[in-house]
Amino acid sequence: MDWVWTHLDLISSETLAHIGLSVPPIVIGFLVSIPLGYWASRSAVARSVLLTIGNVLYTIPALALVVLVPVVLGLSLLNPGNVVVALTLYAVAIMVRSAADAFASVSADVRQSATALGYSAAQRFFRVELPLAGPVLLAGIRVVSVSTISLVTIGALVGIPSLGSFFTDGFQRAFLLEAAVGFVLVLVLAAVFDVLLTVLGRVLLPWNRGLRPTAAARRVIAQQLPPIGAR
Amino acid sequence: MSIEFRHVSKTFPDGTTAVEDFSLTIPSRETTVLVGSSGCGKTTLLRMINRMVDPSSGSILIDGKDIAEIPPVGLRRSIGYVMQNSGLLPHRTVADNVATVPMLTGVPKRKAREDALALLDRVGLDRALAGRYPSQLSGGQQQRVGVARGLAVDPNILLMDEPFGAVDPIVRDELQQELLRLQGTLGKTVVFVTHDIDEAFLLGNQVVILQRGGRIAQVGTPKEILANPANEFVADFIGAKRGKRRLRIDETGRGEDVLLVDAAGYAAGVLSADDARLVLTGSGPKSRSVSNKTDQAGDA
Amino acid sequence: MLLLQGIAWIFAPANWASVNSGLGIGGEILSHLFYTVLSVAIAAVVAVPIGLAIGHTGRGRGGAILIGNVVRAFPTLGLLAILLILLGFGLIPTLVVFVLLGIPPLLAGAYAGVESVDRQTVDAARAMGMTEWQILMKVELPLAAPLLLGGLRSSTLQIIATVALVSEFGSDSLGAFIISGAATQDYVEMIGGSILVTVLALLADALLAGAQRLTVPRGVPRGAGGRTTAGGRRILTAPSGAPISEGN
Ligand SMILES: Nc1ncnc2c1ncn2[C@@H]1O[C@H](COP(=O)(O)OP(=O)(O)OP(=O)(O)O)[C@@H](O)[C@H]1O
Ligand SMILES: [Mg+2]
Repeated sequence: MDWVWTHLDLISSETLAHIGLSVPPIVIGFLVSIPLGYWASRSAVARSVLLTIGNVLYTIPALALVVLVPVVLGLSLLNPGNVVVALTLYAVAIMVRSAADAFASVSADVRQSATALGYSAAQRFFRVELPLAGPVLLAGIRVVSVSTISLVTIGALVGIPSLGSFFTDGFQRAFLLEAAVGFVLVLVLAAVFDVLLTVLGRVLLPWNRGLRPTAAARRVIAQQLPPIGAR
Repeated sequence: MSIEFRHVSKTFPDGTTAVEDFSLTIPSRETTVLVGSSGCGKTTLLRMINRMVDPSSGSILIDGKDIAEIPPVGLRRSIGYVMQNSGLLPHRTVADNVATVPMLTGVPKRKAREDALALLDRVGLDRALAGRYPSQLSGGQQQRVGVARGLAVDPNILLMDEPFGAVDPIVRDELQQELLRLQGTLGKTVVFVTHDIDEAFLLGNQVVILQRGGRIAQVGTPKEILANPANEFVADFIGAKRGKRRLRIDETGRGEDVLLVDAAGYAAGVLSADDARLVLTGSGPKSRSVSNKTDQAGDA
Repeated sequence: MLLLQGIAWIFAPANWASVNSGLGIGGEILSHLFYTVLSVAIAAVVAVPIGLAIGHTGRGRGGAILIGNVVRAFPTLGLLAILLILLGFGLIPTLVVFVLLGIPPLLAGAYAGVESVDRQTVDAARAMGMTEWQILMKVELPLAAPLLLGGLRSSTLQIIATVALVSEFGSDSLGAFIISGAATQDYVEMIGGSILVTVLALLADALLAGAQRLTVPRGVPRGAGGRTTAGGRRILTAPSGAPISEGN
């Protein structure tokens, strides 16, 4: 345990780096997925094109994606931004599907009655469809959050520091405590993010409180998202 | 192959008592219809005969033998079972569906398939449908396959749980006639469940009118029940409808033919002047079998 | 252009024999495949019977979901590091990690597949006089096959991705080129390795997607039910491209 006390600085800086690499993909992934998911929910062609692209992206192992993204974009290979871009792509790949389901779960009746009440298209989207899609969107973003926080660690293999550095360093020195600290902190971060998102959901979706998750939300939560850690 | 229920009760694990102290003898080689409104325990009673449900107390005997002593799998293979949405195996062709049970019991594949084709003839299905999958059939065709499958092992007992409940009235009518025809030649012990009193009176040699909890309101032939409803409940169950179906001659009818209208004022048929025969207009709300029944009701 | 150099690196015959005095491309591919096939096979032997039993009996489903969610939150790299430190470096501990990660998708595919079979169909099969074993083998398994294969597909991709990581810990896999390339700043090698890993994953995915399509029983309409099917399909196979039927 001494190691922890003597390395608090390192632990906190790696944790901060980890958070810094995790937040942008989650936020950007969410924002990008909303319009894409909405489009996918309204057009079968868009849905199949977007989901197919998402699936292909998701099939690429993370270690390879972290390398290929900067090459394709012409960036430096050791830029921490690479992890952010790669994980944002994953986030979008997962989240577009959830968002498409979320908007599709808004019943056509509700949409039509909103139109009949005189909402403009934009008003209808922001005041009716987005709030009603909220619970499923929330379920989707929670999956993205857990996945992203776990995936950031892969960056350590190509020299981008995060809590994952404790895994590589711990293994090289056969030092269990260090690896375990990294492991626990990743889980703690994931849990903290999850709680934050849940609280945010409670605040933004007050009517959803106490309701059992809808079938669509449950499906998103239970989805066999393959590969989190390694992809 | 008579079936006897002796003080049978069934309480499900969740505490629902579906059947309470039910006793009945179902005669051999005849059709007995259990009729009653939704949830009164019909399905539960039927499924106790092939041990899909075991009674909580009481016993059921087939030809005097307590079925509790017969292993369920063997018992089920010897009893035909037809259910509402046919329950066909979606990944097997029509012929394979019909041949399923014979093949389970070791009949060689070739023979089982040949028999299956013969059964398709029996239930009035074109042999050309043998290679189709259930999803490629209409609801009525699926039901016919279901009946063929129920007959595949040539069982002495055939259990039918609202087999025609999910098809349109015209097809239902066809299927009912087909069943009457089949039963005329086969003479199985048929136990038929429905909540349609008209269907019950059409098909049943013995009709059992059930109340909630599987309590018997009346047992008898259709004629006995129509003539002497045992109580208010039965009278209501058959009578309310009968009142509606009572026909009268439309006073405003012109010409030689006489227009018959039902209690609601809908045209139900035409009484031809030349031979005083009931001709159906087809515009009435009731199907032909119903009008026949009305006829019967009028007799009684 | 680095990408082209990476492709050229792959087609350089010398790199197939040996890279940096380690195994060459051929050797790393074989090693990667060896770990993958062995781990997927073991995971399937463990998970499929359990998943089928869960689906058939309806018991233990909560436990399976819990395991899936917990394992999903684990950082794979950390799991590898910790287990290899604890159990010592070697074939068995490495396989243990792969199998562990490969089990949840297979388990879910198996029980979701069986659960997707219409209960009325199962009820009818039982009423006809099928034994529980016959119901499982002749009704539930064939109808569950597409979802089961979906689970196999997820599991395989998960393991392929994880195998790439073990080169950090001294085992041979295609990840070796990426990791050693990063260490020596040999970008071309890194890119070549990344392309190889990607192609391997895409090929495996395409192969299993094809197999999955073949297992959709004839007579079960494919893609029937539009959104329901799409939704159901996701439960089973997130990374798949083609719609498969839920069975009902
Ligand atoms: N497996 C079960 N567990 C608990 N309760 C059950 C079960 N099966 C039936 N019941 C209950 O037993 C009662 C009788 O059910 P049953 O299915 O026998 O009715 P039914 O007469 O066939 O109705 P329907 O005409 O709707 O088919 C109902 O209240 C039903 O909810
Ligand atoms: Mg019933």
